[in-house]
Amino acid sequence: MRDAFISVLSEFAPQHPELLLLSGDLGFGVLNDFIARFPRQFLNVGVAEQNMSGLAAGLAMEGHTVFTYSIGNFPTLRCLEQIRNDICYHHANVKIVCIGGGMSYGAVGFSHHATEDLAILRSLPGMLVLSPCDLWEAGEAARYLLSHRGPAYLRLDKSAAPANVQRGEAFRPGFIRTVREGMDVTLAACGGILAEALLAADALAERGVQCRVLSVHTIKPVDSFTLATAASETGGIISIEEHAVDGGLGGAIAESLLEAGACPGFFVRMGLRNVFSSIVGSQQYLRAVYSLDAASIVQTVSAKLGIASQILA
Amino acid sequence: MSAPEIGGTEDLARRIRLHALRMTNIGGGSHIGSIFSCADILAVLYGGILNVDPGAPRSPERDRFLLSKGHAGGGLYAALAERGFFPVEQLVTHYQNGSDLSGHVSHKLPGIEVSTGALGHGLSIAAGIAYAGILKEAAHRVFCLLSDGECDEGSTWEAALFAAQHQLSNLVAIVDYNRSQGIAPTSEVIELEPFADKWTAFGWTVREVDGHDHEALHRLLQGIPFAAGKPSCLIAHTTKGKGVSFMENTVLWHYRVPRGAEFDAALIELEGRP
Repeated sequence: MRDAFISVLSEFAPQHPELLLLSGDLGFGVLNDFIARFPRQFLNVGVAEQNMSGLAAGLAMEGHTVFTYSIGNFPTLRCLEQIRNDICYHHANVKIVCIGGGMSYGAVGFSHHATEDLAILRSLPGMLVLSPCDLWEAGEAARYLLSHRGPAYLRLDKSAAPANVQRGEAFRPGFIRTVREGMDVTLAACGGILAEALLAADALAERGVQCRVLSVHTIKPVDSFTLATAASETGGIISIEEHAVDGGLGGAIAESLLEAGACPGFFVRMGLRNVFSSIVGSQQYLRAVYSLDAASIVQTVSAKLGIASQILA
Repeated sequence: MSAPEIGGTEDLARRIRLHALRMTNIGGGSHIGSIFSCADILAVLYGGILNVDPGAPRSPERDRFLLSKGHAGGGLYAALAERGFFPVEQLVTHYQNGSDLSGHVSHKLPGIEVSTGALGHGLSIAAGIAYAGILKEAAHRVFCLLSDGECDEGSTWEAALFAAQHQLSNLVAIVDYNRSQGIAPTSEVIELEPFADKWTAFGWTVREVDGHDHEALHRLLQGIPFAAGKPSCLIAHTTKGKGVSFMENTVLWHYRVPRGAEFDAALIELEGRP
C-alpha cells in the first residue's frame, strides 16, 4: 500500500507544485526516488512529529497540499493536539499518512502498532478517515486526496486484500464497496484484513453460507445506507478490524446502524478487546493470536448461525 | 505601512492595557498580567513594524503575526481593534456568550492568523508559514510571540531546531520573558537560564531588550534579520502585570480578575490620574 501511495504521489507531483511531502525521518529506500525527482516538494523534518504537524498546518495555510508521513502512531497520537488545534480547527489542507496500520509492524512490537488511531482520528471534527483494503483502493485514495480540501487521515497497511475492481469502477470516498454479494451474513472490514474476510467467505461458501463482504475503506464519513441495507437484507453484521473494538470500525458501524434505526439480526465486533498487542510475531501470526484471522471469522459466523465450525480444520 | 512615532506606540500600548483591563473586568476571565507584560511589544509591532493592512487582512504580502501565547488574546484583540481591523466596540464581547472573542486568541477575527491557547504550537506553525514564504521567495516576514512558560514545551524546541536547519531568516521569535509562569516563577519551575545561550546554541541569532522600551524594541525589530541566513530571536525582558503597580511581578495576577476597588485603582494608574 505504501508503494501504491508513493507511486501516485510521484505521478502527480509535477502537475501539483503545491504538493509537499513531509517525513518524520522515515521512508529510507521507499522515498528515495520521490526525493531525487522532487527535492523541492520533500522535507525531512526529523524525528519531531509535533513540529511536523504544526509546520504542515502553517504550510497548508500558505496554499500547500501537505502530506505528513510516518509509521504507526507517530504521525497521529504523538502529535494529536497539533492535529486537533492546528490542522483540524483551521481546516488546514493536511493529509496525515500512517504507514503500518494495525499490526503491520508485527514483531517490531506494540509501540509500532496503530490500534486506536481510527477511533481517535475519527472523533476530530472535519477529519476524513480512509483505511483502504487493497492496493487499488490505496492508490485511488491517494489520488483522491490530491484534490480533496481539508484534513484527512490515510491509514495504509502492509498487507492488502486482493484487488477486486470492476471495469470502469470509480473510487468513491464515503461509499462502501461491496466486494462480494451474499445474504446470510455481512462481513464488514477495513484495511488489509479484508483479505481474511474474503478467505472466510470462501470457506463458508463451501458450507453453503453466502457472505456479503464489504470494504469499508472510509471510516468517516461512514456509509450508513449500505450498512442499513446490509442489516435488513442479511442475517447479521460482523465488523473486522485490526484495531481496538472501541470506537473504530465496529463502533462507527454500531453508531450508524442505531441512529438509522436499523437493527441487524446479530452484530459482532471483531478486533482487539481491551488488550495491547503485546505478543511477539508477524502480522499474520498476531491475527491468529488475537482471533482476527479467517478461521476466527468462520468460527464467529458459525457460532452465530448455529452451524458446525470445523470447516477450516 | 505608516510607521507612527514612538509616542504613538506608547499611547497605543496604554490603550491596549485599558481595553484589556475593561475586557477582563467585564468578561470575568483573565490573563491580565500576561497581557500587560506584552502590551508594549504588541504596540510596537502593530504601531510601526508589521506590514499589515486592516483593509486587506488576508493580503498575500502582509507580514504574519502569530500569538503563540494565546492566553494574551485580549491584548491582540485590543491592538487589532485599535488598528481598525474590527470595531473597538466589539472588544467588550470578550468572554461573552456567542462572541468571537474567546479568551484564548481566535482566528475568527480579521487580522488573526491562527487560533492558539495550547502552548508550544505557535512556533511550528510560524516556521511552516516562513518555509512556505522562502519557497515562494516572498518578502513578508513571520513574527511569533511566545511566553517564557511555553519554552518548557518540547515542541517549541523542535520548531527552533527546524528553523535554524532551514535558515528561516524571515522568522522572528519574540519571547515575552517576564520570568513568571502559570503558578510560580520560572526559576522555581523550569529554569530557562542561560536563556539567550540556549537560542544561540539552537542556531538563532539572539538580541535582548527591555520589553517595555519602545525605542529599543522599534530599533531592534527594524533590524531583522539580525544575521543573514538565520532565524532571529528577540528576548524581551518584561514585567508581568506591567503598568499597574500592584499587579507587577506577582504570580497572583496571572489569573486574577480585576474587580471592584482593584479595578478602580488599576484604571486610575493606567489613565495616569493622580
